[in-house]
Amino acid sequence: MFYLDDIGRYFLMLRGVFSRMTKGSVLKNLIFKEINDLILGSLGITVFLAFFIGAVVAIQTALNLTNPLIPKQLIGFASRQSVILEFAPTFLSVIMAGKVGSYITSSIGTMRVTEQIDALEVMGINSLNYLVFPKVIAMFMYPFVIAIAMFVGIFGAYIAGVYGGFVSGTEFLAGLREEFIPYHLVYAFIKTTIFAFLLATIPSFHGYYMKGGALGVGKASTSAFVWTTVVIIIANYVLTQLLLS
Amino acid sequence: MIEVKDIHKGFNGEEILKGITTTFERGKTNLIIGTSGSGKTVFLKCMLGLFTPEQGSICYDGATYSELNEQQQRDLREQMGMVFQGSALFDSMTVEENVMFPLMMFTKQKKEEMLVRVNEVLARVNLENANNKLPSEISGGMQKRVAIARAIVTRPKYLFCDEPNSGLDPRTAIVIDNLIKEITEENDITTIINTHDMNSVMEIGEKIVFLRYGHLEWEGDKSQIFRTDNEAVTEFVYSSNLFKKVRDAQLKGL
Repeated sequence: MFYLDDIGRYFLMLRGVFSRMTKGSVLKNLIFKEINDLILGSLGITVFLAFFIGAVVAIQTALNLTNPLIPKQLIGFASRQSVILEFAPTFLSVIMAGKVGSYITSSIGTMRVTEQIDALEVMGINSLNYLVFPKVIAMFMYPFVIAIAMFVGIFGAYIAGVYGGFVSGTEFLAGLREEFIPYHLVYAFIKTTIFAFLLATIPSFHGYYMKGGALGVGKASTSAFVWTTVVIIIANYVLTQLLLS
Repeated sequence: MIEVKDIHKGFNGEEILKGITTTFERGKTNLIIGTSGSGKTVFLKCMLGLFTPEQGSICYDGATYSELNEQQQRDLREQMGMVFQGSALFDSMTVEENVMFPLMMFTKQKKEEMLVRVNEVLARVNLENANNKLPSEISGGMQKRVAIARAIVTRPKYLFCDEPNSGLDPRTAIVIDNLIKEITEENDITTIINTHDMNSVMEIGEKIVFLRYGHLEWEGDKSQIFRTDNEAVTEFVYSSNLFKKVRDAQLKGL
């Protein structure tokens, strides 16, 4: 019952987010600020993680290719498929649930504790729209981050594979081009867009409805990370079933 | 003028406000006093529209809040200013941006026009040179003054203050009290202040409402509060050592 109550409140929150819009000029500035905080602020860690994830995927694949009949270009193929289909969209979204999610929850939660949300409400402002809507819009830039992560991940795989002496550059690039299905990119970006929405709204929910003081903000951040991760993983399964099978 | 009629409000089955009826007049500083947990903040938040009473009504110059539609309620809220206990300043904004915020949200003024009004209210609260400072860079007393400036920048008809001088030294507390009283008189607004500070009662209490366990226990003005024979009020007033000593000295004819 407790979870059903929370799910119900989450959807009621979404209704609040998309109703009684904040003044356009104010909203525009808020969206740019959120793009800076949530998207540009995440680029560094995303690129760093993607590079090394790609590199590890290449090495792992290479080390498991014990059968001489399997061509080395499989390293490029496997790296591409792993990075595009799962590591960039899903794995990085789970990492972002920690980085972006805890930032969103703690910033909104602190506003709740310090009565800044009450101050907005007293002024007659729809605090949900003012606080959450710009984050949702900013997170629609998230697929661009994942696109960069895909490129860097494959680049990392190339560097690790070729300069680690596991595969030649020609073989890697041949594997990279082999049986490429453009729809896989569509699938990855559909997933990413949905994850972006979840990354913006679930932590906002936990921050907005948090109770207690500083300790409450900490607890809300933790539960926001856990629940965002859980929902992303479930959504990943459902979307894969719907879009790929 | 705000008329409150028999309001009840509870949380999780526990009744916090148990039928409060009173009137707060325009141009006066109205004080709600009582010990912690007496329901002062819940009462204030009901009047602000942040909590919906389960029973009873609140009328703002004849308009009953619960009978207004959503748009009318929002319009009414735009006529309210609020000074929160912890100031509730937006910590990512400068002093100037904090004060300008209600103007940005609700008016179509140009930035230059807004700036004129912001500087006017900042000057009124004696904060001429703090425009570009962040809330974290100014003292608690200055934060309270910024909160007052933000609350009055749109020229509200109703000003609510939740323990405006809590956490301030006695001298700064008196400055804040007097500032609120002066602003109330200058703008002829209805001001309601939540406090448990007897110094505030003595300084600015034109009408005093005493709450106890969610009931309205007593109401009167600052001259009556020391003469009342209501035990709960007397106990509250003389819980301050200073007032107790003054009373003892008076009784001894000193």
